[in-house]
Amino acid sequence: MMKILVAVKRVVDYNIKVRVKPDGSDVDIDGVKMGVNPFDENAIEEALRLKEQGKAIEVIAVSFGTQVNQDVLRHALAMGADRAILVESTAKLQSLSVAKLLKAVVEREQPNLILLGKQSIDDDAGQMGQMLAGLLNYPQATFASSIKIEGNEATVTREVDGGTETLALNLPAVITADLRLNEPRFVKLPNLMMARKKPIETMSADELGINLEPRLKLLKVNEPPARKPGIRVNSVEELLNKLRAEEGITL
Amino acid sequence: MKTLIIAEHNGKQLSPAVQQAVTAAQFWQAPVDLLVAGGNDAIVQAAASITGINRVLHANAVYLAHPLAEDVTNLILSIASDYQVILAAHSSFSRNILPRVGALLDVAMISDALTIHADNTYKRSGYAGNVHNVIRSTDNIQLLTVHSSNFAAASLGGSAEVINIDVPASFTKTRWISETHNLSDRPALSSAKIVVSGGRSLGSAENFEEILAPLATKLGAALGATRAAVDAGYAPNDIQVGQTGVVVAPELYIAVGVSGAVQHTYGMKDSRIVVAINQDPDAPIFQVADYGLVADLFEAVPTLTAALN
Repeated sequence: MMKILVAVKRVVDYNIKVRVKPDGSDVDIDGVKMGVNPFDENAIEEALRLKEQGKAIEVIAVSFGTQVNQDVLRHALAMGADRAILVESTAKLQSLSVAKLLKAVVEREQPNLILLGKQSIDDDAGQMGQMLAGLLNYPQATFASSIKIEGNEATVTREVDGGTETLALNLPAVITADLRLNEPRFVKLPNLMMARKKPIETMSADELGINLEPRLKLLKVNEPPARKPGIRVNSVEELLNKLRAEEGITL
Repeated sequence: MKTLIIAEHNGKQLSPAVQQAVTAAQFWQAPVDLLVAGGNDAIVQAAASITGINRVLHANAVYLAHPLAEDVTNLILSIASDYQVILAAHSSFSRNILPRVGALLDVAMISDALTIHADNTYKRSGYAGNVHNVIRSTDNIQLLTVHSSNFAAASLGGSAEVINIDVPASFTKTRWISETHNLSDRPALSSAKIVVSGGRSLGSAENFEEILAPLATKLGAALGATRAAVDAGYAPNDIQVGQTGVVVAPELYIAVGVSGAVQHTYGMKDSRIVVAINQDPDAPIFQVADYGLVADLFEAVPTLTAALN
C-alpha cells in the first residue's frame, strides 16, 4: 500500500491583485490574503482520491517556510491528509532549494509517490517537481491530467502542447498536477475543526545541512505597462465597424 | 565559451520556435550548437539550415523516438561540460526537461525569459504576467527557456555541420505508451488568433454552448471560460483562461458576460484587442477592454454572429 507525499506552497490568494512595493524591490504581500497554491490543491485532492480508492494508506502534507505556513497545512489536513510536516526556514526559498529540502523529506519518509502542483501561481516557474525527480533519479510525469495506479506502476496522461502523452512510471515517482486532473473538494467547517487535532511536525531546515542561498537575485520588480484606455461602442454594428476599419481585423 | 540549444521536434518536423531560440542565443556571441534528440533526417537538415549556428548534434537511438525527460536530461548532461549557456524555446517539452537538468547540474533555471538584459540578467514575469521581475543568475552556467514570440526567427538557408553523438543508456523506469493530438476543428486555446470567452452570466452549460459556440465557429476562434463559469459547471476546466488556467494573448479576445476578476484578466490582458460585452456598465472587464459594449449578451452575441461573413 502506498504512502503519498504532497507539498503545499503558501501563495497570495488567486483572487487578489498583487501590488509592487513603491521601491520596486518586490511585491507587497504585507497583510494580503494567502492560501494554498491552487495546483497543490489538485495534488492533495488526487492523493486523497487514491487513498479513497484503497491505493494508498497515508497522505502526508509538507510545507516549507515559517510558522505562518501552518494555515496551508491545516487546509491540507482539513481536506483529508493524515499528517503534516513543516520544514521551518526563514530563507527566501527558490525552486532548487525547495527540491533539495523535499528530497531530504522523501529520504526520511520513503513515500511511493510524490504528488505536487505543476507550478505555483506566484513565481510561475514550474520547476520544482522535475528538479526533485532529477535529484532522486526518479521517473517523472509533469502536467498530469489523469493518474491510474496498478501495482508498482503509475499510468499518467500528461497535458502537452497540442495534445496529450501517456507514460507508465515505475514507483516511486514524482507526478505534478495540472488543473484538469480533478476538482478539489471544498473544506467543510467540521473538517477544519477536526484538522486541528491532526499532528503537524516541525523540522528545522538548517539541521538538514543544505545551502539555501538563492542563486537568482531579484534586482527589480515592476508592473507591466497598463493597457491604453478603451472606448464604449453603442451597438454590434459599431463594434464590427471599429474592428474592421480601425484595427484591420478581417471578420 | 559555447551555447547549446535543445531543439524541439514532433518526430516529423522541427518546431519553428527553434529559429527564435537561435536568435536569443546570439546574445552571448558564442558558437551555438543545436542538440536534436531523436528525429529523422528531415528534422536534422531543417536544423542545419538555420543561419547563425555552428553545429547540429544529432543523438539517435530507438528509445529517443518519443524522447522522455529522463533520457533527454541524461543526454544533455553527457555533453553539458562543453557549454556555459543551455537554452530552449519555452514549451511543454522544454519545461519538462530543463529543470531536471538544472537540478543535476546544481544550477538554478530561468523559466520563460521575456528579455535578456545581460549575459546573466533577464526579465521574466510572475503572477501570470501581472509583475515583471528582473533577475540575475549567480551560477556559472546559464540555463533558461525563452519566450520565443519576443525574439525574431533566425533565417533559413545555412548549412551547418551535422555531427552524430553517442547516447547514454536509456532510463528504464519510465515507458512511453501513447500520445493524442487535438483534432478539434477549433484552434488550441493557447495559440489561437481569436478567443471567445464566456463568464458566469451565460447562466448554464446549454447557453454557453448555444450562444458562444456559433460565434467561435464563425470566427475560427478557440473557446475560453472564466474560473467562475468553470466552477459553475458551464464549461470544462481545460478551457479556463486566467491565473489558474491558460494564459492567452490572441489578436482578438472577446469576453462575453465576463465580470473581469483579476484572476481572469491576468490570463488575457496581453491580447492585442480586447472586446467586452456585458450588461453591467461597471464591470471591471471594461477597464481592460479596447471596445466595450454594454448590452444583453443573449441579444448582442447572436446579432454579432449573424453579422459576420
